Amino acid sequence: MKPPRFDYYDPHSLDEALALLARYGPEAKVLAGGQSLMPLLNMRLVAPAALVDLNRLPDLAYVRVTPAGLALGALARQRQVERAEAVVQGWPLLAAALRYVGYPQIRTRGTVGGSLAHADPAAELPAVMLALEARLVLSSQRGRRTLPAAAFFLAPLTTALAPDELLCEVQLPPLPPRTGHSFQEVSRVWGAFALVGAAALVTLDDAGRCQQARLALTGVGPVPQRASAVEAALAGEPLDAERLRQAAALVEQDLNPESDVHASAAYRRHLARVLAQRTLQAAWRRAQEAQKA
Amino acid sequence: MNPQQQRVVSVIVNGREYTGTVPTRKTLADFLRQDLRLTGTHVGCEHGVCGACTVLLDGQPVRACLLLAVQAHGARLETVEGLAAADGTLHPLQQAFQQCHALQCGFCTPGLLMTLKAFLQENPAPTAEEVREAIAGHLCRCTGYLHIIAAALQAAAQLRGERA
Repeated sequence: MKPPRFDYYDPHSLDEALALLARYGPEAKVLAGGQSLMPLLNMRLVAPAALVDLNRLPDLAYVRVTPAGLALGALARQRQVERAEAVVQGWPLLAAALRYVGYPQIRTRGTVGGSLAHADPAAELPAVMLALEARLVLSSQRGRRTLPAAAFFLAPLTTALAPDELLCEVQLPPLPPRTGHSFQEVSRVWGAFALVGAAALVTLDDAGRCQQARLALTGVGPVPQRASAVEAALAGEPLDAERLRQAAALVEQDLNPESDVHASAAYRRHLARVLAQRTLQAAWRRAQEAQKA
Repeated sequence: MNPQQQRVVSVIVNGREYTGTVPTRKTLADFLRQDLRLTGTHVGCEHGVCGACTVLLDGQPVRACLLLAVQAHGARLETVEGLAAADGTLHPLQQAFQQCHALQCGFCTPGLLMTLKAFLQENPAPTAEEVREAIAGHLCRCTGYLHIIAAALQAAAQLRGERA
């Protein structure tokens, strides 16, 4: 048998799942899509006393448009989200980035919530959630609380989730009109984790100036980061290719990547600048198209 | 029987029902191979990267090494053993793989065939680029992939009723 021994539970209600998490605390692991947890179990890098499988809770597999935006349930599969018409129309940055998550066979099972709770520092979705200013709903027997994505990622593979808490919903506010998006990454092979990835949103005002730019990066530190110097340099400014290039260069002020076996710090900084420029350009072009439409 | 450690699992594989008692920590890939003796599903990396163990779960391609057998309880599975007709006539994908030399050692082939079966149902007339993306989650160390792409396109044409 590949995985170590554990007690397996497949609760049939959210209350039952939360009761199990309360009982086992840090000794339990939540199994959603399993595309990160199962490799860790198969390699015996983790040995939880209990596995709490959410897959018999189909009520949590929703992708729903609400007055406050988009709501994704804990069990919403990546493939399902990527293809949902509401996502493609209203939050195309998320659909675009999902194409880079693993492979189609991984996304069939993998969940958006699971990727966020796993918090791999090279994963795509955490950075996308920073750019989209997602709000994450955490539930436990003690109650519910909502955190902005920026307060959720604490360190590699470490989030604000308490041991008895479940990430039960991801909420995305609507994007303003005249907004363009782009997600791009550089990885060694298609489907692998990003060396560096960038998610950009550019919103134009009535006059075609930059009302707001958002840029979030993955693979450049222990947690995903917003590039605040870049964003500040673009807000309120008229845009052209040169201004975007100059602003993108500021990304190096925002980041302090480390060298590892995959890439040196200098190469990561270089990729961050190049990807910042490319994604801002592409997002700006889409925002211009949205303005004409 | 402690239900947290052992469960009765019933699945339909290639149209036939199977029931077995499995440890809850047993992967679906091992259940198929060891308990059901359906050894056409290959096991390579066992952490979701190589694609050799890909099977269809309720019609969708999944990694059998990243699922527990107990999670498949009640599901309908398709494996490479179900592709050919009962009289042994190969599926158009299998015929195309043979004709285009899309395999050499054959280790990756079952997973590729299952991924492509689901992919061509969804996208019956793909471009070569779309086939590349569809099979990106499979490692093949023999062919260099070009013949696999050719086979996928040939099978797609045949399944559409065109002469390849």
